[in-house]
Amino acid sequence: MLKKYTTYLQNPVKAAPLAVFRILFGCLMIFSTLRFVSQGWVNKYYIEPNFHFKYYGFEFVTAFGQYTYILYAVIVLSALGIALGYKYKIATVLFFLSFTYCELIDKTYYLNHYYFVSIIGFLLIFLPANCYFSIDAYRNSKMAFSKIPRYNILVIQLMLCVVYFYAGLAKINTDWLLRAMPLQIWLPSRYYLPLIGDLFQKEWVHYAMSWFGMLYDLSIPFLLLFKRTRIFGFVLVVIFHVLTRVLFPIGIFPYVMICSTLIFFGGGVHEKIINFFRRFFKINFLNETQTLYWTPNVKNRLLATIFVAFFAFQLVVPFRYMLYPNELFWTEEGYRYSWRVMLIEKGGYVQYKIVNPKTGNWFYVEHNKFLTEYQQKQLRTQADFILEFAHFLEKHYKEKGIKNPEVYAESYIALNGRLSQQFVDPTVDLTKVTESFSHKDWLLPFKDTIHGF
Amino acid sequence: MKNFRLIFPFIIVCLSAIVWSCSDDDSVSERTDDFDRQAMLINWADDIIIPSYQAFSSDVDALKAAVDAFESQPNETNLNSVRQEWEQAYIAWQNISMFNIGPAETTFMRSFLNTYPANVSEIDTNISTGNYALQSVNANNEQGLPALDYLLFGLAESDAQILEFYTSNVNSSNYVNYLTDLVDRINTITDQVVASWEGDYRDTFVNNSGAASNSSTNKLLNNWMFYYEVTLRNGKVGIPSGVYSEGSRLPQNVEAFYKKDLSRTLCLEALNAFQDFFNGAHFDGTTNGESLSSYLNFLNTMKNGEDLSLMINNQFEVSRIAISNLDANFINQINTNNNLMLVAFEELQANVVLLKSDMFSALSIDLEFESGDGD
Repeated sequence: MLKKYTTYLQNPVKAAPLAVFRILFGCLMIFSTLRFVSQGWVNKYYIEPNFHFKYYGFEFVTAFGQYTYILYAVIVLSALGIALGYKYKIATVLFFLSFTYCELIDKTYYLNHYYFVSIIGFLLIFLPANCYFSIDAYRNSKMAFSKIPRYNILVIQLMLCVVYFYAGLAKINTDWLLRAMPLQIWLPSRYYLPLIGDLFQKEWVHYAMSWFGMLYDLSIPFLLLFKRTRIFGFVLVVIFHVLTRVLFPIGIFPYVMICSTLIFFGGGVHEKIINFFRRFFKINFLNETQTLYWTPNVKNRLLATIFVAFFAFQLVVPFRYMLYPNELFWTEEGYRYSWRVMLIEKGGYVQYKIVNPKTGNWFYVEHNKFLTEYQQKQLRTQADFILEFAHFLEKHYKEKGIKNPEVYAESYIALNGRLSQQFVDPTVDLTKVTESFSHKDWLLPFKDTIHGF
Repeated sequence: MKNFRLIFPFIIVCLSAIVWSCSDDDSVSERTDDFDRQAMLINWADDIIIPSYQAFSSDVDALKAAVDAFESQPNETNLNSVRQEWEQAYIAWQNISMFNIGPAETTFMRSFLNTYPANVSEIDTNISTGNYALQSVNANNEQGLPALDYLLFGLAESDAQILEFYTSNVNSSNYVNYLTDLVDRINTITDQVVASWEGDYRDTFVNNSGAASNSSTNKLLNNWMFYYEVTLRNGKVGIPSGVYSEGSRLPQNVEAFYKKDLSRTLCLEALNAFQDFFNGAHFDGTTNGESLSSYLNFLNTMKNGEDLSLMINNQFEVSRIAISNLDANFINQINTNNNLMLVAFEELQANVVLLKSDMFSALSIDLEFESGDGD
């Protein structure tokens, strides 16, 4: 029985899909990084701020002032290496490390799609995507293969399935399905769009789009996996992502997903795409037609173990929120890395109060003096930000001469159209609280219930 | 694989649709929904912002006329008429200070007209040397309504002594010159801003009616919220009462410090103007037009939520009562019973939660001007 599966995974298939994926992914990363730099975001997000919100456990990751641009140069060059399939091993390792490093500098800018890029970068290190239609294959015929074991393509496909399916599962909750939240808040504000702008004012449209979005995310993996529904599924992918691009400021993510899902198509389609590249760029080089076979050596066994462990991690991590009491959307404990996208609209407000225990004197902090607008926006609604900044204030006012300052936060959050409710327990001195993976019991409980995943 | 041939053109059509939809924000669509955002912008511009500026401008003209009269005949009657016109203008200013957008933003109007406390030592130096450049950004606390406050009320204890600075003082002509220069500068900036609103800027403002981060609604409301927190709540109440300075009170930071009994009037006027803007009340006070409150009510009928605009208006009312309970002179209040100042601060504060957290979220307006990508 097991043998049947392993043979299926080892069966050689055309390498073209992985090559096309490599080229498109590399090109998109070059484009996205250049766009990031040209918008001035490197300076604005990483160089200008005096203070950075750190990922727990990654406090050592820092920006390098003006030299941060070098990191971005490394990302662009390594992405170019990936696209061309040139020194691919080094390129993928460099890409994964430099891109991930940049993301780790400040969690203010966390986005699921950056996490997705990091993951794909990681997986590409272990996949022979440079064996076909690449400079490496051209220069070294020993590296050139036109067929590779099937699992190499399945790995990317499976990752995409996880993203869609988990995004769909996350939408099965009472706010999304029974209150059409937060679409009911977001869509009416897109009134200015031609044709659809008026539709967005109708309540039934909010519900229809919520339900469609949930069903779409859950069914896309299956529509793409089965040959008979593949084209239909891909058309849906394009429509859906184009729509999200029009509605929300989500950068290049829609293009990444549209290009990535091409990998579900058969080798024939991708060979046609590659032939198109060949004609367009007038490349005469034809790949070797060798087949890369899977052999049970140490390296391959190790690879298999890595993949199994990796996917076990991916499947389990989104459910870690179950270990925490209280509402996930409220505390956001276990919210990141779980493909929960567009699920919550939060308005927030936070005010810090510093108390000098010796004199009893107190004062409020004008935190716009320390943080950028973007950082303040994240600070207002997320508990780990609130705590980290409280510790920064403790240190800051200690240096200013207050012995053992106490730091309290008065904080309110309006979640998915509900009225604001107090978030942090205002009687808790945050200097006495330490960050950890355990439940943040200094948060006040959410006074409503949201059922679902 | 015939189908594949169809997919490529399809993708190209879709991608060009993206490009088209992102680059073209000018396309005007026929709107049929019940709430017209552009009507809200028109109401703001035509019935609130422009009339408020015009009213302030005519008060500044009156102030200038009074100063001219004082310049030719510096006597106590003319000094008092300058003071009255200054007071009128300072009150009228509270109606426009919150609109720091467009020409007001580019001319740094709020910074030049109302940065307090005034830098008295610099002002004294300016007068004695007769050498100053009021256009300099750093000179923002050497001019404007607070500097006039000092020149009209703060030079000495008694009115007779103050008058002497303009008559018998060795530098008397310098004092008169500085006074007229300050009023001229206010007049110049105001004329510039009013001319811009009466000219092209009104249409620019009204037609930028989208919901992007640089749309009129987003920019104005972000400015408006910032004004409420920083200029109104902190500037008028919080900072003087020591909320940000570890319990040490700063009565010298009260607005209209030298006039003394005007601080409560200015604060109440600012609060009323702010609330009127929320409700879309026309400047002439006759009717209400499309506004934040009517927008909230419109959205509310859709989702059957709490009546947020009512809650916000109630909180304005509570804040007004708390401020009314204060001494007409905030300096007295701070020195006798600062707790009442703190009560007023907390009431103003309570509305920040409703406005910033609830209202901005309900209207789906980003609380920042420029943001990166989301997911």
